[in-house]
Amino acid sequence: MNPKDINLPGYEIPEELKHVIAITALDRLYNWGRRSSVWPLMFGLACCAIEMIATQAARYDLARFGMEVMRPTPRQADLMIVAGTVTKKMVPAIVRLYNQMPEPKYVLAMGACASSGGPFKEGYNVVAGIDKFLPVDVYVPGCPPTPQALINGLILLQKKIDKESIKQVRWYRKGPDSVAIPIPVLGPDLIDTRRIPDIKAHTLSSTSKTDDQS
Amino acid sequence: MIAPDSTTTIDLVARFPSVVTPDTRPGYSGWIVDPAHLTEVATAIRNEFSYDLLSSVTGVDYYPDKMEVVYHAYRTTGGPALVFKVQIPRHNPVVPSVTPIWKGAELQEREAWDLLGIRFEGHPDLRRIFMWEGFAGHPLRKDWKEPFYEEDVKPFKSRWPEGKHLPAEMRTPLQDNLFFPPGFDPEAFSFQDPDQAAYEALRRQHRPTDEDGIQTDVIIINMGPQHPSTHGVFRAAVMLDGETIIGLKPIVGYLHRNHEKIGERNTFLQNMPYTDRLDYFNSMSNNFGYALAVEKLMGIPVAERAEYIRVIMAELSRIQNHLVWFGMMLNDLGAMYTPALYAFEERELILDIFEATAGSRMMCNYFRFGGVARDVSEDTLRKIHDLVHDRLPRKIDEMDRLLTENEVLVSRLKGIGYLSAEDAIRTSMTGPMLRASGVPYDIRRADPYSIYDRFEFDVACHPEGDMYARYQVRMDEVRESIKIIKQALKQIPQGPIMSVKPSYQIKVPPGEAYGRVEAPKGELGFYIVSNGQPNPWRYHVRAPSLINLTSLEMMCIGEKIADFVAILGAVDIVLGELDR
Repeated sequence: MNPKDINLPGYEIPEELKHVIAITALDRLYNWGRRSSVWPLMFGLACCAIEMIATQAARYDLARFGMEVMRPTPRQADLMIVAGTVTKKMVPAIVRLYNQMPEPKYVLAMGACASSGGPFKEGYNVVAGIDKFLPVDVYVPGCPPTPQALINGLILLQKKIDKESIKQVRWYRKGPDSVAIPIPVLGPDLIDTRRIPDIKAHTLSSTSKTDDQS
Repeated sequence: MIAPDSTTTIDLVARFPSVVTPDTRPGYSGWIVDPAHLTEVATAIRNEFSYDLLSSVTGVDYYPDKMEVVYHAYRTTGGPALVFKVQIPRHNPVVPSVTPIWKGAELQEREAWDLLGIRFEGHPDLRRIFMWEGFAGHPLRKDWKEPFYEEDVKPFKSRWPEGKHLPAEMRTPLQDNLFFPPGFDPEAFSFQDPDQAAYEALRRQHRPTDEDGIQTDVIIINMGPQHPSTHGVFRAAVMLDGETIIGLKPIVGYLHRNHEKIGERNTFLQNMPYTDRLDYFNSMSNNFGYALAVEKLMGIPVAERAEYIRVIMAELSRIQNHLVWFGMMLNDLGAMYTPALYAFEERELILDIFEATAGSRMMCNYFRFGGVARDVSEDTLRKIHDLVHDRLPRKIDEMDRLLTENEVLVSRLKGIGYLSAEDAIRTSMTGPMLRASGVPYDIRRADPYSIYDRFEFDVACHPEGDMYARYQVRMDEVRESIKIIKQALKQIPQGPIMSVKPSYQIKVPPGEAYGRVEAPKGELGFYIVSNGQPNPWRYHVRAPSLINLTSLEMMCIGEKIADFVAILGAVDIVLGELDR
């Protein structure tokens, strides 16, 4: 970031101090730090993960954007690129990984499956989009998205970070967003513990009716 | 050209009168075996008729009459399949397990139990494989409907001809892809870890004692499903004595995206793009196998030019798969990135060719029944020509110089992860894994499909059975693939690329077919049953990635935990195909 970008307009700095002093807002400084070193979690689910690797490799070289430091542990990562189909069997692990990431943390849904279930949406083991569980910041369409599309998504994420304010981001606020997301449970089907009352109301009301599913 | 089905060369009926009957349904072949005598007949098939490689085991639900289990056995010396089946009632289906005869049936029988509810008696560890223990129902049964069920077959009427549809969420009571049995009380539900069954199985099989007969302490650690070196969402529960592996269970299904259930709702052509997403490195090879199976059912030829294009694309796909394997293997050994970056550089050049011909880098969706979707331009053919005559051989020699004699690589690979030829055959290994154990079995040679009988090439084979042999087999195979492409480019004729008129809705006569190709990872087979409708009645994928894991435990026992990553890497699994 050059001094022109970091200085807030409207504050006069004497000529002789121009290269020594900058007057800026805390948000700008924070956001500048955050946007410039987004460390993604080294985490791939399916086909999209291969394009994610290709994005990092020689031709597309994600390092140009300061985001190439893939961390194998969630404790060191800022960004979860959900690259592939989210299945019911996998989603408890994904939610747990997300909870383990320190804030600030972001989620990018890469590809049709992670955004909405994609071509596999009708499958019995498929979660129709990771946004049923995690707050998604950027959706990247495609099946799989090309490396260029992924890079575009990451640049969009940087733009989003630029607009953040520490007064408003969810991890500094009280309320449901600041607590960990409850980990879903594998029962006869995937049980989202936040929806237990809904499920109970439905299953107990359908006892009298005979169902064709066995 | 598909070799004629010559199951008549041996006569099972003469050997087992009143136990075996020929399968006389129109479009079917093979033998039907009385389930009570399956073990006896299967033992004879293996020992007397020397069908030593059991390639595929799967079930078919002939709703509402019966269930059927279908076996495809081959000789490792080559030749067509021996197909035999057992028929059982749909209610409480029980079949004797063939795992004691061919260990390669182990994971496939678990799959049939999980998805179809067929119980295999005598199976050493019959648990669910893709879904978790406690999941309600067996999804591939025809009367089991998924929560987002709309109609039995596509195209759904709401999409065409009506052209109006609601999102699936709006049609289901919980607004989600969920189904709970009536009366299920989530508050009273006590969660039991579905993985406990796997740990129990591990403990049951291995009771370690030291020389004095004293029980020693062991630990079970989990690698995956989120682990940087398991090549996707693969997970293994490993039992360790110190640092030495004494037991191992693969736990899979984290990417089970219901390929077969969706495939049975799709029309035949709609399945083609789904096959791309099986082994997502090699969409061309996947298309190839599926196209072969459906063409066999339809009995149509393939346009001459298209045959050549198919071979060129499949071999290019093999080259890029093996290149990526070199890179990832070295990543697993700790040589982070340099070889992988070299490999991805070359891979991009091959992907450019795929993009120019099929329109997509990875998901090519390129093959059609009777030919291919688009012609290859002269410009692209020249590019391929330059690639295989100049750049690729040069780069492969460079990689060879960089790696093959490298001391670290040699000392990490030589003598590690040994698998004997007998064990490799018994566990139904195919592809480079089998050939690295000294069995020169390559479907392109053993049971030639398409036009592979027109090309000169050697079957890469190394007898050592260790990881270094697996590395060498792949290095040789890349060179052989280049050789095949060079010949194909010389011989490729002009002409049409489709033998039949392209159409969205094809007519497939009733019957069964098994199409298989030598995919870069092993034998990729498609077992398809048609009942004359526009949709397949049964659509099964014989996934080499899954079946090659049968011997993973054998290879790992006695090795150090640090080598597990490399041994797994050498199998070359891809999760999209493994879990489907």
